[in-house]
Amino acid sequence: MSGRTGRIYRISGPLVVAEGLAGVMMYEVVRVGGEGLIGEVIAIRGDRVFIQVYEETSGLTVGEKVVPTGRPLSAELGPGLVSSIYDGLQRPEKEIGARTGSIFIKRGVSVPPLNREIRWGFERSREVKTGDKVLPGDVVGFVKETPLVLHKIMVPPEVSGYVKWVADDGDYTLEDSVAIVSLGDREYEVKMYQSWPIRKPRPYAEKLSPVEPLITGIRVIDYVFPIAKGGKAAIPGGFGTGKTVALQEITKWSHADIAIYVGCGERGNEMSDALTSFMKLLDPRRGRPMMERSVFIANTSNMPVAARETSVFLGVTIGEYFRDMGYDVVMVADSTSRWAEAMREISGRMEEMPGEEGFPAYLSSRLAEFYERAGRVRVLGRPERSGSLTIFGAVSPPGGDFSEPVVRSTVRYVQCFYALDYGLATRRHFPAINWLISYSLYTDFVKAYWNKLSKWSEYREAVLKILQREAELSDIVRLVGPEALPEEDKLVLEVSRMVREDFLQQSALNPVDAYSPPEKDVMIMEAVMEFYRAARRALMKGVTVAKIRELKSRAMIAQMKYYTLEQLREGVFEKVLDSIRSEFKGLLGE
Amino acid sequence: MALERLYVKSTKQVFGIRGSLLFVKAIGGIKYGEVVEVSLDGTSILGQVIDVSRDVAVIQVFGSAAGITPGHTTVKFYGETIKIPTSMDMLGRIFDGLARPIDGGPRIIPEDYLDIHGSALNPALRVPPSEPIETGISVIDGLLTLVRGQKLPIFSGSGLPHNRIAMQIVRQASVRGSGEKFVVVFGAIGVTFEEAAYFLNELRSMGALDRTVAFIAPASASTVEKLALPRTALTTAEFIAWNYDMHVLTILTDMTNYAESLKEISAAREEVPGRRGYPGYMYTDLATIYERAGRVVTKRGSMTIMPILTMPDDDITHPIPDLTGYITEGQIVLSRDMWRKGIYPPVDVFLSLSRLMKEGIGRGKTREDHREVFSQLISAYAEAQYLRELSAIVGLESLTPRDKKYLEFADLFERKFINQGEHERRNFEQTLDIGWEILSIVPEEELKQISPQTLKKFHPKYRLELEGRM
Ligand SMILES: Nc1ncnc2c1ncn2[C@@H]1O[C@H](COP(=O)(O)OP(=O)(O)OP(=O)(O)O)[C@@H](O)[C@H]1O
Ligand SMILES: [Mg+2]
Repeated sequence: MSGRTGRIYRISGPLVVAEGLAGVMMYEVVRVGGEGLIGEVIAIRGDRVFIQVYEETSGLTVGEKVVPTGRPLSAELGPGLVSSIYDGLQRPEKEIGARTGSIFIKRGVSVPPLNREIRWGFERSREVKTGDKVLPGDVVGFVKETPLVLHKIMVPPEVSGYVKWVADDGDYTLEDSVAIVSLGDREYEVKMYQSWPIRKPRPYAEKLSPVEPLITGIRVIDYVFPIAKGGKAAIPGGFGTGKTVALQEITKWSHADIAIYVGCGERGNEMSDALTSFMKLLDPRRGRPMMERSVFIANTSNMPVAARETSVFLGVTIGEYFRDMGYDVVMVADSTSRWAEAMREISGRMEEMPGEEGFPAYLSSRLAEFYERAGRVRVLGRPERSGSLTIFGAVSPPGGDFSEPVVRSTVRYVQCFYALDYGLATRRHFPAINWLISYSLYTDFVKAYWNKLSKWSEYREAVLKILQREAELSDIVRLVGPEALPEEDKLVLEVSRMVREDFLQQSALNPVDAYSPPEKDVMIMEAVMEFYRAARRALMKGVTVAKIRELKSRAMIAQMKYYTLEQLREGVFEKVLDSIRSEFKGLLGE
Repeated sequence: MALERLYVKSTKQVFGIRGSLLFVKAIGGIKYGEVVEVSLDGTSILGQVIDVSRDVAVIQVFGSAAGITPGHTTVKFYGETIKIPTSMDMLGRIFDGLARPIDGGPRIIPEDYLDIHGSALNPALRVPPSEPIETGISVIDGLLTLVRGQKLPIFSGSGLPHNRIAMQIVRQASVRGSGEKFVVVFGAIGVTFEEAAYFLNELRSMGALDRTVAFIAPASASTVEKLALPRTALTTAEFIAWNYDMHVLTILTDMTNYAESLKEISAAREEVPGRRGYPGYMYTDLATIYERAGRVVTKRGSMTIMPILTMPDDDITHPIPDLTGYITEGQIVLSRDMWRKGIYPPVDVFLSLSRLMKEGIGRGKTREDHREVFSQLISAYAEAQYLRELSAIVGLESLTPRDKKYLEFADLFERKFINQGEHERRNFEQTLDIGWEILSIVPEEELKQISPQTLKKFHPKYRLELEGRM
């Protein structure tokens, strides 16, 4: 464990090589130089220890000391996480700003991740009494952290024994003990917070298979390429195709108990935009500011690159911790490519054998370590409960080319692939999810949920078929123009246009349509399908597509998304269906 | 540079030279990133420690390594990173990439010495950009509004008039609001002799010089000076924005030259290259430049950045525009087709986007009808573009009268709205009014993006009625 103090041998950007650190562990945290910059051991070669430093290294000199801490890089987990904004080392950025009085990030500042002064109202669990045997994950009490989050205080993993004492209901700080667990002659003080190494998955009782969709409020995801609670998804796309907007919408509207937004090597303005809107917007299901169930990790592109990796693992660790309480958690990472680039940079400085495009050979396994931490599980401890962690990772391939290493490796570990398309984005079709190459492997798992609401399986298949047919026809249209097609094909083009414009397109900027609950998806789709059915019948009786195109109900369907679910329910939907029926009757002269 | 200081240490132990890299036997106490001075007979050049171990220090020199002789040349270590003097007296002056005057004027009495690398703004203290800058150019102000705190690049191509657009913005840009002060910092990197002369001439003859600071590193300048220039310019901009509560717009051209210098140095360091030979860290490097844009809670000023770059072979997927697009908040793309049609500025409005525009326009910012006019112009132009393509397939004669109106609209849109004189300044109202004028060609029922109220208030037809009644 923590041995002697070492000395810097070499400095090269974020990489520092030290000597004289016999006994140091892989991934142990060390403090580098007089300012005690935080670093992590990433390789040991003989007497030389390679350290990636999470702060600016300029000004360091050879020979300065390197002090091991004996601990791996860990997250602090407890009340106070929610509504926080952390950097990649879990330093609270607001507090750092207040403490340094500077608008800039200063290095060497250390502020504990969780506030030690706040007194949280602790309510003990009525199910745990003195003398009871407790195991990891058992809930000993509760803290109402925010109006949206009931924080469960759990016996940490790796601790078990008999309850010697539990605190009474009351206000406590994080350093106060709320229970004492003893095993043999050893005693463990349970506090309201625990610490967990970010690179190590938190244990659970059993992995469960996905059963329920995670509703995101985005129609093309929920209806066409659904994701399950505990699922993993990648959102690759060139610049400006809508990755960030998609991830922000997902964190905002998902039917999750906790949302974690990791900005990893991306823009500062985006972070502040997200923060501001999370403060203003209300959770549609519970009517409270979204901030009250969210955690932010902001390691922008100009902050030290090594901390991109820690931001991602920090996010997952916090996600698992809330999952362990029995919650459904959604975590997004924007962008995993920036993390991969950081790996490449450090690997290059270590003179490791470069793999494809200079990325290290372990790129793929590192991505797997990240995505594999998603899942729906039966968690440890009593009362028995299950929780889930769903992960969405953005990928930013150079030139928007999906054949590059990060996209190719990611595809192997995710079950949903939302390919964003430059052409669609340029035509302002948002979300620019390309329906021909995107996929979800969860459709069978969420079938039961959706088919209870509507003829989902049938309609979804029809939609994909129509879109596929449109793609086939588009080449012909480009050559001869749309009017040269037979009437049936013209109708396919008309309906596919309705599917694209009236259903798939959904502007994040429109306050009413930004969030689309499943019931609304179902109504719009029902209307489109009703129109399609009626139009096909009309076609057979000799009505032309040109006539069908002029129907008012066509325009009414287009307007449906701008109504709230309540308005649709209370008349609009019926009116649309009625007018489809009566207009087609009119066309046929019935 | 702060040259007058006591040298802490020096050595003559240079044992290797490769390109602009010197390999020096390390002496105790060398700091990573510190500045060194290498003396050649009579003159000296600066350099920086880019790698140091107990045995070797690698130094990148800011100039040609010609004349450096192992065993003879002395290397002096400053003990500090690169700093430049900053002062409000820099307004109206012209400097090189390391902030040394090149306009024949006196040296600057510094108010402060600042590290050109700057520091990252604390993300939690940022405020989302939400107020516009008026460039006086319709296509930008109307459709691609630049917002204070934004980074919005111009993607150009060689031979396109980006330098003229840059100078037009330097001349014309301003912010509204009483008491708001506005400054332009202009940086030219690796420009040819002719371009540099053009910029100097323009800057000198411009009335706006007293609110402008310019930095120029011509193509002949050292690689490292070219790499330093954007940082020098932004350090000066930050000094003005954050210390003096001013809105600073920094224009940097041509960032392609910057990226080429970065590639050159990376090759000299024998680093594993990323895509097409550019270093793998180019994204991060450019981000540390562009992320200096922004606004913060405690300050009244703002930092806005408009980088200009030429896309090699007009290829937007080339690493330089590609990585830039991944960092900036939108892009203004110039089009060779438009330029051939004689449109200035030749902007392709479909490929262009200002991502932060929506927050920066509307009532109290530009004008209440801006959002609607913007959407309508874009969607009408898109419809017209579709009809242009269709008419190429089916022939003009099979278009309806409505379709033909759209074609007429597109023509006027390009020639009257986008096209503009190089010395013509249009304010937001004028820009929007031109927008209305050409929209009025399209049948009124086609203006679906505009609400009836807005239409009644701004459509030329009703305005004329209104005016007629008065
Ligand atoms: N769902 C949407 N609704 C409306 N507009 C959208 C949507 N998605 C994207 N956009 C538009 O596209 C722009 C770019 O989107 P976004 O910032 O999400 O791209 P990105 O893929 O994250 O790009 P980068 O890789 O450069 O970060 C937005 O500013 C917005 O104008
Ligand atoms: Mg993004």
